[in-house]
Amino acid sequence: MQPSVIEMINSYRDEVIAQWKKEITQVQEGEFNHTVPEAVFNETNKEFVELILHTLELKQNEAKEHLRSFTERLIHTGWPLSYFTKGLQVFRRVLLELMTSNDALPSKKVYETFSEVESWIDGIINQLVDEYSGSWENTLHLQKLALKELSAPLIPVFEKISVMPLVGTIDTERAKLIMESLLEGIIEHRSQVVLIDITGVPVVDTMVAHHIIQAAEAVRLVGAKCILVGIRPEIAQTIVNLGIDLGKFSTKSSLRKGIESGLELTHRKIVSV
Amino acid sequence: MSVQSNVEVHSEWGIVSARQAGRNLAKELGFGGVDQARITTAISELARNIYLYAEKGEIVLEGIEKKEAGGVHRGLRIVAKDQGPGIKSVREVMEDGYTTSGGLGAGLPGVKRLMDEFDIDSITGEGTVITVVKWLR
Ligand SMILES: Nc1ncnc2c1ncn2[C@@H]1O[C@H](COP(=O)(O)OP(=O)(O)OP(=O)(O)O)[C@@H](O)[C@H]1O
Ligand SMILES: [Mg+2]
Repeated sequence: MQPSVIEMINSYRDEVIAQWKKEITQVQEGEFNHTVPEAVFNETNKEFVELILHTLELKQNEAKEHLRSFTERLIHTGWPLSYFTKGLQVFRRVLLELMTSNDALPSKKVYETFSEVESWIDGIINQLVDEYSGSWENTLHLQKLALKELSAPLIPVFEKISVMPLVGTIDTERAKLIMESLLEGIIEHRSQVVLIDITGVPVVDTMVAHHIIQAAEAVRLVGAKCILVGIRPEIAQTIVNLGIDLGKFSTKSSLRKGIESGLELTHRKIVSV
Repeated sequence: MSVQSNVEVHSEWGIVSARQAGRNLAKELGFGGVDQARITTAISELARNIYLYAEKGEIVLEGIEKKEAGGVHRGLRIVAKDQGPGIKSVREVMEDGYTTSGGLGAGLPGVKRLMDEFDIDSITGEGTVITVVKWLR
């Protein structure tokens, strides 16, 4: 930015800050100050407007660094993106209004100043939006990971016996996870019998059936046995209607019966004492 | 009556929402648990075929009625439409085990057994419309 423009902005510094604070408080009253104490608000506003002005004196990457640490902190405490974008828009308007009210300024100079201020503020807005969306993507990524861990857990319930309870819709992504988690888990827990419980699966169509058949086949190849449990009556009917043959499969009506048969297969049983 | 709902299918999410819409409508029309499962499964098959073979299309669900000697008969109609490659041989795809995608090849013949009426209208290179109906008993 041209030194003359910076100088001019700085000459309005106090007025800009005062006017900005006044206007931003009005905007905030209607929007996002319900949860934040007033003192924190005023403090943040002060820091924000001073930071905006401070970026004028800094080199570009220094300015970026300053903005980043400021936004990171606020993103963390849950400030909405609109606080920043509104704040910057108001700032730009206030500044331009003050500058153009100066009649002594030649019109060419007015235009130059305008575009300098525009690109300065746009730069800051862009950076803030980037930081925000970056942090959103990050959160989304973490949530996906968490979901992944939840979507196909293999639980070792007894020595040599594990259960995979499936709850919710099975799509291709999840079908892959089921297979991976089954095979890894069988090795890790040295399972000889795995029970796949589909009580919580709302629809068993040909794709789901196909994946379950493939999973059972893979389980057999690593030397374990797979028992399908929790087939609800209406699901049993649709599987038959679809013409899917689960004849090669061990199936049990309930998880309890499945566990009993798993114990039997590993030469154990539950007795009352 | 004749509440109609359209669900676009161009991702796996579309399949899930079409199923959901179908289950709701089936419930509303008074279908029992087993028929609800049949209807939902049929929608799942048709929607997945759209997604797999035509990339995108839509599922239209509608409550319908017909007048018969015994009175008014109510039912649920599913129309699966796409502008994909079409089906060359309807006879072939209706055979159990016929698949071009390494699936079970049980989808279309299965839908026919799950539902009461079944009709395929397909033109190679132009698309496919599959219409199926389940009647309330
Ligand atoms: N909407 C469609 N457009 C074009 N081709 C289709 C369409 N629907 C089905 N087909 C063709 O018909 C074949 C049989 O379909 P069907 O649903 O019976 O079995 P599948 O999808 O191959 O396997 P699955 O048992 O998993 O459903 C498909 O492999 C595909 O080639
Ligand atoms: Mg299919």
